[in-house]
Amino acid sequence: MQTHILSVLVENQAGVLARVSSLFSRRGYNIEALSVGPTENAEISRITIAVNVEGHALDQVIQQLDKLVNVIDIIELPERTSHQVELILVRIGLKNGESDRKSVDAVLEKFGAHVVEATNSSVTIQQTASPAQTQMLLNELAQFGIMELTQSGVVAMGRSIQP
Amino acid sequence: MAEEMTGAQSLIRSLEHAGVDVMFGIPGGAILPAYDPIYDSKIRHILVRHEQGAGHAATGYAQATGRVGTCIATSGPGATNLVTPIADAQMDSVPMVAITGQVPSSAIGTDAFQEADIRGITMPITKHNYLITKAIDIPRAIAQAYHIAASGRPGAVLVDVAKDALQERVNFQWPKDIDLPGYRDHSQPVSQSIKDAAALIAQSVRPVLYVGGGVIKANGHKELLALAELVGAPVVTTLMARGAFPDSHRLHVGMPGMHGTVAAVTSLQKADLLITLGARFDDRVTGKLSTFAPNAKVIHADIDPAEIGKNRHADVPVVGDVRLTMAQLLPALKAEFAKSQPDLTAWWKQVEGWRTTYPVGYDMPNDGSLSPQYVIERLGKISDPDTIYTAGVGQHQMWASQFISYEKPRTWLNSGGLGTMGYAVPAAMGAKVGAPNTAVWAIDGDGCFQMTNQELVTCAINNIPIKVALINNESLGMVRQWQTLFYNQRYSNTDLHSKRVPDFAKLAEAMGCVGLRCERPEDVDKTIEAAMAINDQPVVVDFNVFRDAMVWPMVAAGTSNDDIMIARELAPDWDSQEL
Repeated sequence: MQTHILSVLVENQAGVLARVSSLFSRRGYNIEALSVGPTENAEISRITIAVNVEGHALDQVIQQLDKLVNVIDIIELPERTSHQVELILVRIGLKNGESDRKSVDAVLEKFGAHVVEATNSSVTIQQTASPAQTQMLLNELAQFGIMELTQSGVVAMGRSIQP
Repeated sequence: MAEEMTGAQSLIRSLEHAGVDVMFGIPGGAILPAYDPIYDSKIRHILVRHEQGAGHAATGYAQATGRVGTCIATSGPGATNLVTPIADAQMDSVPMVAITGQVPSSAIGTDAFQEADIRGITMPITKHNYLITKAIDIPRAIAQAYHIAASGRPGAVLVDVAKDALQERVNFQWPKDIDLPGYRDHSQPVSQSIKDAAALIAQSVRPVLYVGGGVIKANGHKELLALAELVGAPVVTTLMARGAFPDSHRLHVGMPGMHGTVAAVTSLQKADLLITLGARFDDRVTGKLSTFAPNAKVIHADIDPAEIGKNRHADVPVVGDVRLTMAQLLPALKAEFAKSQPDLTAWWKQVEGWRTTYPVGYDMPNDGSLSPQYVIERLGKISDPDTIYTAGVGQHQMWASQFISYEKPRTWLNSGGLGTMGYAVPAAMGAKVGAPNTAVWAIDGDGCFQMTNQELVTCAINNIPIKVALINNESLGMVRQWQTLFYNQRYSNTDLHSKRVPDFAKLAEAMGCVGLRCERPEDVDKTIEAAMAINDQPVVVDFNVFRDAMVWPMVAAGTSNDDIMIARELAPDWDSQEL
């Protein structure tokens, strides 16, 4: 199954996030990731939801979301026609000290990620990239041992020029 | 011009603006400020005995009149007692607004006395809900609540108002318009979908009109009659649609589903086209979904786009008000039929065979006791055709659907979706308040009746003379039926021992009603007539009936509609039929 990104514009009111998450829970849809934030319009917030459903079920998710009175619009953002970005912070251990650090730096350079904090025993890394790229970075960093990981959930925006 | 008043006065003024003429409720601490202006209002407030009764009464009122029903309760337990009727109304798409008091806004979140997060609790069981903490927001919330409850697919809306918002002084202003940017109006069907539907109908040789409760909600019974007669197809009316089409009409073949007629269930199974009108392919109708109407294409007309394809794929979806849809389908179809109209003679020969071979019937008990089906059948025969019937949930509900002939919409009120035991008495109260000149019979079971009969006190005191036909089989009959069929007759906790405890006739008398009892078939008619002659008091008739009577036909839960049984271990004799 493929992950679909839904960009949901909602009225900026108390309880809206609860309505959306309650809908997903009661209808049995699984949320992979979710992020909420303000938009250019103070009265409107954007909820970006990554869901792992297909075809008919995806249509149901959209139709049921659309019934929520506070939901103004729902746009599905396909990977090809949108910018999709997430932020990760990951802390890895340096079991072999300096030599590990060199290998880590090589990986970071390849992915364009950077170090936000370094000690003798660990490095904390930040990356802002597409979900696919952050996943590849995490796969490569796994060899060093991931001590702690936090991910923002994807945010997305349609491209101004459609391919 | 703005007028200064309290939030509480603004609330009641807003309800008056919204067209509320009656509400059912119970006061308490948090809602108390709102009860003071109720004292002066032209709105009739009926003081019920339990908030659940208020909620179902609001639903009964709404179902009988087509207007939005209103109930009101205080915070905490008052509000949580409304949860069942709110869920019930939402499941059956009944327009209902519930007003609840909430603890003062400064106390919200502190686990204050009688605090419950009723907005959070009712989020999944309402169409929309509000928590109001400022008096200035009250009129807008009330205007929106009534609009949302009544428009589109109707439903339940809750407005929770903090006590300090009720006490605060404010300039009252009724909003000029309803500003809901995310609330879409889907009432106008797309013309192409109407054309596609007409084209499909014109090709069908085994069509069935599958009619749901949406037709009654949309006041579409006249258009339905015209459409059915134009197509000439068999019509089935679901539990929520009983009365949308006259039972006595030659095209009507009965109710589909778990306890539907063989003709209705089988015509859906064998159809090549389902003309689905305001119905939602509920599991009680479809049986095992993967085997439901396997050869049928589907036209699905519904005002809720999320219903399209939810359970069954629609070949032609028609999103819109079903009355408008049918009205527009009529000329489109006439144009198609002018080119060619399919011959349904062979189809009708089959359907007629199922209808005449397997009518819904019952056996009289051989011990001389009362047959519950007979009681209900006689009640339907003796009563005026305008009579409104409500039912609880269980065997008596199915029999009331099967053995009373419904000729008009809004004469059959029941809890179809949620299946709420205890619905009948309070819903009958609400219906009688909405239609005071119409006879209202609650057909109830002894199990259901013992859940909500306290509202008979409300009826007696407030001059709401409903009648109750208590189908007393001393047990939770439908559960007992399943125990008979599927649990080796191990009757775990279904025997209510309620032949004489309580003594329902005495209980009725104690509650200010007339209590009658009937135990013999020969007394049925005269007892019903005696009850019908009393119009200044509620009446309860305790019909002591044969407890082993079962509801047939039956499609066992989770099985295919093809496996319908007409009696225990007895399937229709399909081989003798031309299929």
